[in-house]
Amino acid sequence: MKNLTQILARMGGVNLLPVAVAAVAFVLIGVPSSWVTLTVAGLAMGMMIFLMASGLSLVFGLMDVLNFGHSAFVSLGAFVAASVLTWLAGWLGADSIFLNVMALFLALTAALIVGLAGGWFFETVIIRPVYKDHLRQILITMGALIVAEQLILAVWGGTPMAVPRPQFLEGAIILGDVSIEIYRIFAFLLGLAVYVALYLTLNRTRIGLLIRAGVENREMVEALGFRIDRLFIGVFMLGSALATLGGAMWAGYETLISPSLGAEMMIVVFIVVIIGGLGSIEGTLLGAIMVGLVGNYVGFLMPKMALASNMILMMAILMWRPSGLRPAVK
Amino acid sequence: MTEQNSTGALIVKITVLTIGAALLFAPFLFQDVRSLEVAARICVFVVLVASYDLLIGYTGIVSFAHTMFFGFGAYGAAIALKQMGPGWDAVMVGGLAGMLVSLVVAVAIGLLSLRVKAIFFAMITLAVASVVLVLASQLSDFTGGEDGITYRAPQLFKTATKLAVDEDGKVLRLFGVKLNGKLAAYYFVFATSLALFVLMFRLVGSPLGTVLKAIRENEARAEAIGYRVVSYRTFVFCIAALAASLAGTIYAIWLKYTGPDTMLSFSIMIDILLMVVIGGMGTMWGAVIGAVLMVLAQYYLRDLMGAAAEATSNLPILPELLNPDRWLLWLGIIFILLVYFFPRGIAGTIMQKGIAK
Amino acid sequence: MTLLTLNAMQTNIEQYAVLHDVTLTVPEGGVFVLLGRNGAGKTTTLRSIMGLWRPSPGSVTFRGEDISALHTAEVARKGIAYVPENMGVFGGLTIEENLILATKTGKFDTARLNRIYDLFPALKTFWGKQAWSLSGGQKQMLAVARAIIEPRDLILIDEPTKGLAPSIIDAMADAFREISETTTILLVEQNFHFAKSLGRDMAVIDDGRIAHTGSMADFAADKALQDQLLSLSA
Repeated sequence: MKNLTQILARMGGVNLLPVAVAAVAFVLIGVPSSWVTLTVAGLAMGMMIFLMASGLSLVFGLMDVLNFGHSAFVSLGAFVAASVLTWLAGWLGADSIFLNVMALFLALTAALIVGLAGGWFFETVIIRPVYKDHLRQILITMGALIVAEQLILAVWGGTPMAVPRPQFLEGAIILGDVSIEIYRIFAFLLGLAVYVALYLTLNRTRIGLLIRAGVENREMVEALGFRIDRLFIGVFMLGSALATLGGAMWAGYETLISPSLGAEMMIVVFIVVIIGGLGSIEGTLLGAIMVGLVGNYVGFLMPKMALASNMILMMAILMWRPSGLRPAVK
Repeated sequence: MTEQNSTGALIVKITVLTIGAALLFAPFLFQDVRSLEVAARICVFVVLVASYDLLIGYTGIVSFAHTMFFGFGAYGAAIALKQMGPGWDAVMVGGLAGMLVSLVVAVAIGLLSLRVKAIFFAMITLAVASVVLVLASQLSDFTGGEDGITYRAPQLFKTATKLAVDEDGKVLRLFGVKLNGKLAAYYFVFATSLALFVLMFRLVGSPLGTVLKAIRENEARAEAIGYRVVSYRTFVFCIAALAASLAGTIYAIWLKYTGPDTMLSFSIMIDILLMVVIGGMGTMWGAVIGAVLMVLAQYYLRDLMGAAAEATSNLPILPELLNPDRWLLWLGIIFILLVYFFPRGIAGTIMQKGIAK
Repeated sequence: MTLLTLNAMQTNIEQYAVLHDVTLTVPEGGVFVLLGRNGAGKTTTLRSIMGLWRPSPGSVTFRGEDISALHTAEVARKGIAYVPENMGVFGGLTIEENLILATKTGKFDTARLNRIYDLFPALKTFWGKQAWSLSGGQKQMLAVARAIIEPRDLILIDEPTKGLAPSIIDAMADAFREISETTTILLVEQNFHFAKSLGRDMAVIDDGRIAHTGSMADFAADKALQDQLLSLSA
């Protein structure tokens, strides 16, 4: 038994969980082509959720600040990107792949810029005065969420909005009897690229070193001569921008978005960071992939249980590991 | 002089007693259907807000699952009244079932997550409450789904029921108010709410309340002195859940309708939060003031905003922002400003005035 | 020459007054030992110097400059290093990362690094290991090494011998002796035997006040005074 745990730990420990889930699902589903489609969908969904959740987790880890208004950025990103794409509908329909890509690039860039600016505003105006006061922090960010959601409603209205997709991301790739939507592959690759970039920044750069140290022990980083509050604005802006990017990608995935999107995703995002463990990028990725896979598998096997599955997953993992799968070292 | 008997405290207490008197005589003071709705809603929300204040104000834990417990109580009564027909047996069964479910869920959440950080707890309650909300909408065979459940209240509370009749066999009037089932229903709501409120008031004044304050002020020290912080918190969480559940049952009997929007939705959670913060965290008096102000605003401020939106309809953006549907926007802004500048809320701020230093 | 002066420092933590009146002059050079019973305010004194708590009223003067209003990071940049009681090493970071983080430029000065290798050979051995996997003694070495990786004028060290094996305590004493030749050390200790071997000047803090200052030699000779100020029964 002990040997087995050691072997598992050497092979990656909790990182194997998604693989195990996929394997169990393979047996239960029984049809390889369905399983591939579901797995790809789960991975793509997981990666988009990872984008939305990573900022929340990092900000919490570094500054002990949990921004309940985070999901407003998800909605904001979705609507900004959708507006830009609608505005550039001519480019999207064009045969030129260059115009297609440009339109998408501009939409995602717009979402990112709005996220950075909004993050700056949120950090300096809303959260700065209530550092270290958890109760007021929760209340203030919750209030900010209400205001932000209402503003989004005021600007974009309450009716669902159709999101045009660039031509080159429409359709599916057919391999034998397996069909994979191109947009899902794109979402997966983009999420992966962001993860790799974050991973390298955190592990290979001096800023990343400061962030990792700050997550563990903020006071000590300051005692070594670094102003962590300045670093924090940057991380907060980055985290908000990742959320808007995630929202923008999600808009393209859903193709029809409504202002309740942020509130719906917030629950998933919270479950992901709780499962993954607050403060670590690796944990957030793991949690997001787990939620994406389990959601898709259960949705196929037992459609009625799809929503409860996230909750059951969270409860099960919390009972096993009360601080999540891979929390940051504290 | 302490905070308890400052001039400010006196003002707050007189205000609350005046509100209490107004609620007691509400059917006679405000003789229209809408006002009675408002008064009943205030009664129920005073209980709901006071029980939430037990958590946030007295114990320092933030839960987003309070409407869930409110909903358990309401749905318990609704389902029982629907299935068993209108009767006190159904009210008892439904109310108890709601309380039982609330208790089980509260204990589970409490033991699982109250030992961790406040923020973690807030997140978990939010997640659980959201899933329950979705489940209530989905299990439509049982809960009526999005449409909710309509049912009949016990015989005594029917508008047609005559409590007293004059010699012609018509319903007797007292100061112009018909002594009918509707009146009985209102006093049922008033009396049960008052009883629950008084119970909670006694609770925070008891030695338990003192322990809770000690835990809120300094958790580590309370733990060091030997208080089992997790047990106390779980206990309070359960008490608050039971009170919210009962409030739900009472409101379900009054409304004769239970649906996700009126009993479970996240906007009710936000209402409760606003009421607690506006009234003042950590004082039961504040719960009364917050509930009254918010419910009045809900019913009457929207009309005002609608008028303002119409008056400004020629201007850009402004009418959109003054749209009655946007009233949450303004409440949100007020909420943020209150938390920044008056974290003790109306009652807390006034009570601080007039303390001799 | 005076390096650090604490003037009538009073520090409250939340509503509790922890330091009532701490006035102390630390001369440049050598090891200055601050003794005191548990809860006397030793750690709070160090944290107040670092700006991690704010003394008010009262002030901290370093090289003639009032630093009591400065941000912790600026205090550090004035040349004060801090080794807290829990050592404050970053467990998820390797020894190398812990040390490189503490450098100003992100690059090691070879001479200083070699000096650290000489003082604490174990750090060289476990160079690439994550700090959480080190022993208590090794973590303490890392914490001290981090404080001297850049040239500093003053190092505040909080109870470095707590929970360490006697052989490691001896090695630590040797290291401190050598460091103190170039850098002043303000050492907070409960282990009187360890402190005695190092300190030139000393002070005793009791219930948030400085109860005694003088030379270590005099204090070590005065058994009655030691009993009065340090023993648990007093």
